[in-house]
Amino acid sequence: MSQALPPMIDIRQLSKSFSGQRILHDIDLQVQASQVIVIIGPSGSGKSTLLRCCNGLEVAEQGNVRIAGQDLLSNGKMIDEAALNDLRTQVGMVFQSFNLFPHLSVLENVTVGPRKIRHMPRDQADLLARQLLAKVGLAAKADAMPSTLSGGQKQRVAIARALAMQPKVMLFDEPTSALDPELVGEVLQVMKTLANEGMTMIVVTHEMGFAREVADVVVVMDQGRIVETGRPQQIFVNPTQERTRSFLQAILTRNSSTASTDAG
Amino acid sequence: MNFDFSPVLQGWPDLMHGALVTVEITASSLLLGCVLGLLVGLGRLDRSKRWRYGICTTYVTFIRGTPLLVQLFLLFFGLPQFDILLPAFVCGVLGLGIYSGAYVSEIVRGAIQSIDRGQMEAARSLGMSSAKAMRTIILPQAIVRMIPPLGNEFIALIKNSALVSLLTIADLMHEGQKIISVSYRSLEVYLAIALVYLVLTSITSLALQYAEKRLRAGGAI
Repeated sequence: MSQALPPMIDIRQLSKSFSGQRILHDIDLQVQASQVIVIIGPSGSGKSTLLRCCNGLEVAEQGNVRIAGQDLLSNGKMIDEAALNDLRTQVGMVFQSFNLFPHLSVLENVTVGPRKIRHMPRDQADLLARQLLAKVGLAAKADAMPSTLSGGQKQRVAIARALAMQPKVMLFDEPTSALDPELVGEVLQVMKTLANEGMTMIVVTHEMGFAREVADVVVVMDQGRIVETGRPQQIFVNPTQERTRSFLQAILTRNSSTASTDAG
Repeated sequence: MNFDFSPVLQGWPDLMHGALVTVEITASSLLLGCVLGLLVGLGRLDRSKRWRYGICTTYVTFIRGTPLLVQLFLLFFGLPQFDILLPAFVCGVLGLGIYSGAYVSEIVRGAIQSIDRGQMEAARSLGMSSAKAMRTIILPQAIVRMIPPLGNEFIALIKNSALVSLLTIADLMHEGQKIISVSYRSLEVYLAIALVYLVLTSITSLALQYAEKRLRAGGAI
């Protein structure tokens, strides 16, 4: 058997407490290049915290996190500020609440990273940004201000903004949870395209349809622990853990009662 | 009761000269106050930097907790005991600037803290250092929110500048009092002075309204 490549994201024995309360317990998770991992679980289960540990927005006090072969957290110790800033350029993050920069145009939102961090010349950054905006279907909105966009459009700009740094990994923190139901599809479509292009992704979401269709691995979390890990087929059809079953039951019941087709 | 505005008319060139000094003093101390206020406001954002936070907080507490007149007298009459003899104008600018800086720092801090936390997180997650994120993402948004309270502060500074007349500085107030001392026309002269201050504060207020409009039109929130 040939030696496997080191994982793109390698999390080992990660633990985090917040004011005395354990939020993450001994998390082990490896993500291979081009894999799409979807993390599901009830609210407060630590999904978002785990995701935010992957780019240093949260600091865990135990364990190891390596991204693309570089240390982020080593034996509970964060790398220094300069190394962290550098590593973050390789890890794109998309937030539930978009967090577009309201004082910058759509184009500037996408160019601000390459220009201010990579010192890319303006015309080159503009070109890159226009390509990315076209990719997310918003070429026509380049000169608009964020406040004039719909939620779905904002989130697609946020994805383009993250992609502008040409990251190796993309993290999605409930990217569709703040959207009106009819706008969810356009964002998921962009994410699917990204996944098909081979982007390594970790997605925290309640969109079970997306998890089924796109995920290589589904991770179920509850109370700060990984309860179950498996291929979507296995998790959704034959969950081995009682907690997975009860969570899925709750989600599916809710989704069918709102006539959503996502849960299938 | 009679009114006699002729001393005001005769002394008008002196009053205008005094007004010019008032403008010079307030403009200089405004600049000093804004620079100090920005530095101290930023210094009070991060409590983990204990020394910096402590020094900035002590400054704000002392300056806000003591009368401006006492601070001006400390500079003008107190420092000479250490053989530090500053020109009156410098004392006036320093005193007003340091005083104003304490208030501006609170305006700066409040405006920055009012910007959604997600803005800083988004900027940091792109790979910006905290200083770069502050400069390119947070401050441009915060400055728009600072303008209305800064307007209040600037207007207060113009009015407070009348106190520097007690440091022998020939500002508007001082020139007016010289006219009174020879004409005994207190009511007329003080009314004229009040009117000139009103013109100065009104111009400032209009200028800030204009600036706010421009910035908002520029798309900043």
